[in-house]
Amino acid sequence: MDKVQNNRAWFLVLPVLVLVAFSAVIPLMTVVNYSLQDTFGNNVFFWEGLGWFEDVLTSSRVHAAFGRQLAFSAIILAIQIPLGIAIALCMPKRGVWASVCLVLMALPLLIPWNVVGTIWQILGRTDIGLLGYALEGLGITWNYARNPVHAWITVVVMDVWHWTSLVALLAYAGLQSIPQAYYQAAKIDQASRWKVFRYIELPKMQGVLLIAILLRFMDSFMIYTEPFVVTGGGPGSSTSFLSIDLVKTALGQFDLGPAAAFSIMYFLVILLVSWVFYTVMTNLDKAEGR
Amino acid sequence: MAQITLDNLAHSYLRDPKADDDFALKQLDHVWKDGEAYALLGASGCGKSTLLNIISGLLVPSRGRVLFDDRDVTRQDTVQRNIAQVFQFPVVYDTMTVGDNLAFPLRNRGMDPAFIATQVQKIARMIGMEDVLHRKARGLTADAKQKISLGRGMVREDVNAILFDEPLTVIDPHMKWELRTQLKALHNEFGHTMIYVTHDQTEALTFADKVVVMHDGRVVQLGTPEELFETPEHTFVGYFIGSPGMNLIEAEVSGSTARCAGHEVPLGGAYKTLQGRVQIGIRPEFVTLAEGGDGLPVTIRRVEDVGRHQILRAEFAGTPVTAILPESMPVPAGADRLRFDPDRINVYVDDWRVTPLHPVADLRKEAV
Repeated sequence: MDKVQNNRAWFLVLPVLVLVAFSAVIPLMTVVNYSLQDTFGNNVFFWEGLGWFEDVLTSSRVHAAFGRQLAFSAIILAIQIPLGIAIALCMPKRGVWASVCLVLMALPLLIPWNVVGTIWQILGRTDIGLLGYALEGLGITWNYARNPVHAWITVVVMDVWHWTSLVALLAYAGLQSIPQAYYQAAKIDQASRWKVFRYIELPKMQGVLLIAILLRFMDSFMIYTEPFVVTGGGPGSSTSFLSIDLVKTALGQFDLGPAAAFSIMYFLVILLVSWVFYTVMTNLDKAEGR
Repeated sequence: MAQITLDNLAHSYLRDPKADDDFALKQLDHVWKDGEAYALLGASGCGKSTLLNIISGLLVPSRGRVLFDDRDVTRQDTVQRNIAQVFQFPVVYDTMTVGDNLAFPLRNRGMDPAFIATQVQKIARMIGMEDVLHRKARGLTADAKQKISLGRGMVREDVNAILFDEPLTVIDPHMKWELRTQLKALHNEFGHTMIYVTHDQTEALTFADKVVVMHDGRVVQLGTPEELFETPEHTFVGYFIGSPGMNLIEAEVSGSTARCAGHEVPLGGAYKTLQGRVQIGIRPEFVTLAEGGDGLPVTIRRVEDVGRHQILRAEFAGTPVTAILPESMPVPAGADRLRFDPDRINVYVDDWRVTPLHPVADLRKEAV
């Protein structure tokens, strides 16, 4: 069969190119533009070179925010992944209750982020919030607006409440795909419950768990709305994670240059982590398919 | 090791079974003798796997009891029953090495490490995987994985029975034959009771001393391969065993003669008057071709040469009839009759075989 060669076909790609240009390329280049120059308004720019990047890289404030961000992501992963697996293991495998559980689990995922923030902001208050009031009744003076530890606990618990379902649902899907014969064979081999988990369920869930970790890492690394609503990044800057700090720099102080340089590096970090995950996952698939 | 008795057993996957059709396994009494190798043969969906899972304890029957020797084990699980089972599709623990996989059932039972090591070596030799004992099981081919599953099923020596649920489905044909031979050797050595589920008659007939044929949730016949071939108790057995299966022709039987669409066929025995749907069954091996004279007039459709012999496909009064002819025999152009060996004809009423009152030979003696 003869292949028809017609280079005018490239014009068909044009709409997509225009769309992508407006949605991604042009905004990104604007940021690059800001990151290399300084401005005092009126569209007057001064060349700054890599100065802003040096500033950001050596800024102790950015270092602290980065440290807080890593700590936050590590903590919520360390809680949500095991907890999600545990919940998935406890969920009924079939029947009406399986559907009920699935719907209940999916509910937190459907709530808009700022609403989640508002819920927990109110919940943690000692005057009108159920949680804060109850804690005060137990003799703990709960104050997430003043006490950094309380602020952290509130933000972490909120994220766990909001997102553990996602991990649980993914793990549940992984568990459901394990053929019954594996469990029967394990029974016949007299494997303990722990060994069934260690040698059957965990290896079979490996793929979905990696996806869960990737999703949760990315999301938590970019978290903004919920802690902003609850603590506004405070007390002090104790819950100012990377994106909260970025917004403070860009819109609070109007330091557009450093903020742009910061954004680009933030973006590169996320890109790098995603690439690492992608590589790990494809290698895993290859090992599986051998 | 134990004799396994199924007492009044029946199983339904429905919660409240009523009609006969609701049962995946219809009422059944059966004894699996200690130390014998059985094949459980039947088409897909006839209840073989259900029966197997009931014996191994993965499934609790709706009705009836399972006895090991005299011990009622109906409500006991597989561990208490001490049974090994190999499944249709390979089940291996991916993250373990091949050796750890084989050792797994023994380690879980807290056996002595020295014993485990020798046992694993022995089984590895049997399944031909000595070289890969230290390799991870992940990424092995399907038949290598299934060999590991087989090995794990046989690694314990003290089991009451070993059950195989179509274990060779995913294995290469030449490897199938080899593994089957090894299974037989193992059976001879240790004398475990073995039950081997399959839908492949060759596999069943070569593996087992006794074959149990199931059809539609029922055991229709238990017998040696010879018995299944010569006197199928049910038309299903006749049709399922043998290649091609038994010929079945509608007939009216009186005394020692059958009448098929107006043609007389002599039988090997005399029968009392039969009620219901009567058929005569004859294996293609015992049908001979003739030119004129006695026999049923047939139209020959085609002759297939399958190497060792030829299969003649013909039609008698709308019913297909097959005959097996010697390899070199030319089929004469005028051939139009098929004759049946009277002693090899079985008579069926509503699909079940009826035994003759007495063989014709006795009648002849009486006449003399």
